[in-house]
Amino acid sequence: MESHATKIGLGVWTALVVAFLWIPLVIIALYAFNASPIQSWPITSWSTKWFGVAWHDDFLRSSLRLSIEVGLAATAIALVLGTMASFAIQRFAFFGRDSISFLLLLPIALPGIITGMALNSFFSFAGVAFSIWTIVIGHATFCVVVVYNNVLARLRRTSPSLVEASMDLGADGWQTFRYVTWPTLSTALVAGGLLAFALSFDEVIVTTFTAGAQTTLPIFILDNLRQGQQLPVVNVVAFAIILFTVIPVWVSQRLTVGGETAAGGRVTAVATQTE
Amino acid sequence: MSQQVLQTDADVRCVGLTKRFGEVLAVDSVDLEVRRGEFFTMLGPSGSGKTTTLRLIAGFERPDEGRVELAGNDVSREPPYARNVNTVFQDYALFPHMTVLENVEYGLLVRRVRKDDRRRRAHAALEMVRLGGLAQRKPSQLSGGQRQRVALARAIVNQPRALLLDEPLGALDLKLRQQLQIELKQIQKELGMTFVYVTHDQEEALTMSDRIAVFNEGRVEQVGAPAEMYEHPRTEFVAGFIGTSNVLVRNGRTFTVRPEKIRVLPADAGEGEPGVVRAAVYLGAVTRYLVELEGGGELVALQQNLEVSSSDVHAMEGKRVRLAWRPDVEFAIKEGT
Repeated sequence: MESHATKIGLGVWTALVVAFLWIPLVIIALYAFNASPIQSWPITSWSTKWFGVAWHDDFLRSSLRLSIEVGLAATAIALVLGTMASFAIQRFAFFGRDSISFLLLLPIALPGIITGMALNSFFSFAGVAFSIWTIVIGHATFCVVVVYNNVLARLRRTSPSLVEASMDLGADGWQTFRYVTWPTLSTALVAGGLLAFALSFDEVIVTTFTAGAQTTLPIFILDNLRQGQQLPVVNVVAFAIILFTVIPVWVSQRLTVGGETAAGGRVTAVATQTE
Repeated sequence: MSQQVLQTDADVRCVGLTKRFGEVLAVDSVDLEVRRGEFFTMLGPSGSGKTTTLRLIAGFERPDEGRVELAGNDVSREPPYARNVNTVFQDYALFPHMTVLENVEYGLLVRRVRKDDRRRRAHAALEMVRLGGLAQRKPSQLSGGQRQRVALARAIVNQPRALLLDEPLGALDLKLRQQLQIELKQIQKELGMTFVYVTHDQEEALTMSDRIAVFNEGRVEQVGAPAEMYEHPRTEFVAGFIGTSNVLVRNGRTFTVRPEKIRVLPADAGEGEPGVVRAAVYLGAVTRYLVELEGGGELVALQQNLEVSSSDVHAMEGKRVRLAWRPDVEFAIKEGT
């Protein structure tokens, strides 16, 4: 048991760490409402005019649209390939299964700059013109891993006798998929998909190597941050993105946690009372 | 009983059932008949083929040879969902995303039973296993014993021709297991349903079964009522698996004597075989003696602790004694296996 002093000490330390993580984000959010184009502290006048400027910036709009398109496409590919791969790895024993599992996981561990370089030289070598699709392929390499891991974890926690139980109770193959297999997997797919989209949406390194003339939102932010004139607009965008990321990540976490207790059956707290 | 009567009485019949997994012969030409309304137990150590036989009956495995008959119809080639049997799984296999009620309703739902009918029958089944109040819980919110009951309700609600139970109490602690054994037996009697029960626990088998089939290395060693199996084991394996083996060979005759039928007498007694106590274990109401006989072999003898204390028992180790039993409690068995 910790003493009272240890508890307070740990509490203070935790508060400091959380503050360290969140204060920069709060500052960006405050700057988004700064009337002056120059960032200086303290903020003297407040305004929402930069939101209007950002909204009407065509270049910003097109890069946002591209980011969303790339994210959706990469997520779709990841969902299909990741799910198929996880089923294959979990359900069947075949030659080279461990190697394939390793190769699938590698892209997320590999530094983005290596993946980017490799893809860049491959596309040049193969004579593929850089387009939105080269970006999508680049992003899919690491998005597949996220879906794969999520679905694989769910499959491992799901008892294989569930399918047998369903058939035993009179359900044919389609009914079993509809009532048992799909519901036990769906939350893992949503969680994996959201995470994959989030990864793709803020990707910079692989994108710079695989994009041609296109600009995704993170690239737009990076360019404008360097040049400095558009700084207030960047702050607005950053603020908006913080809001939009917090929501899906929170949802995704809720889904996986809910799935865990439901599928894993680890919760025994409520038990015993009628025994 | 004539052959004809047996056939019409049989709910589940296995004829020459054989199943191989690669090189391993898991089930080796098993013949069984489970009668209508019977509590039938398949007892054996792990790897003896009892669970595979159950899975062959349920339809999760296809036999390599032989056939499975349910109520006289050959179902060997039918998928599980076309067979009128339901299974209670060892790990319960409750659907985690459904409530208790939805789990129990599932078999009726996929068979397209009307909703109000479904509700009514599911609630009745839950009442039967004494879980009426927990219908809206998720399986993750239940204890092991409660999950076991849900699994049972989910199976019996479909009123199958036979209920197959695969070591359903294996994951529970001893006290709960004993309580559920009694409940299972009561439910089985009340419903008059045929139960085919797989276990490796001989005590469980003796407590609940109308008849027991002892499995060993993919084969059925012996089928019979519990008392018959205990008192008249036909093979050394059955003698050893149901109770303590206590096998002796005297004058070319192999036989078994149950430990509680043996009297431990002082070395100077005028009757019995002489031997030395190798171990004496005080078990409260009784003491278990392991005696090495001079004529060869070892016997376990159980004695009630009528007038002895635990210290008396310990002093017995290494002492010479005589073991005596009435000739009519010797039971001849086949050697080997």
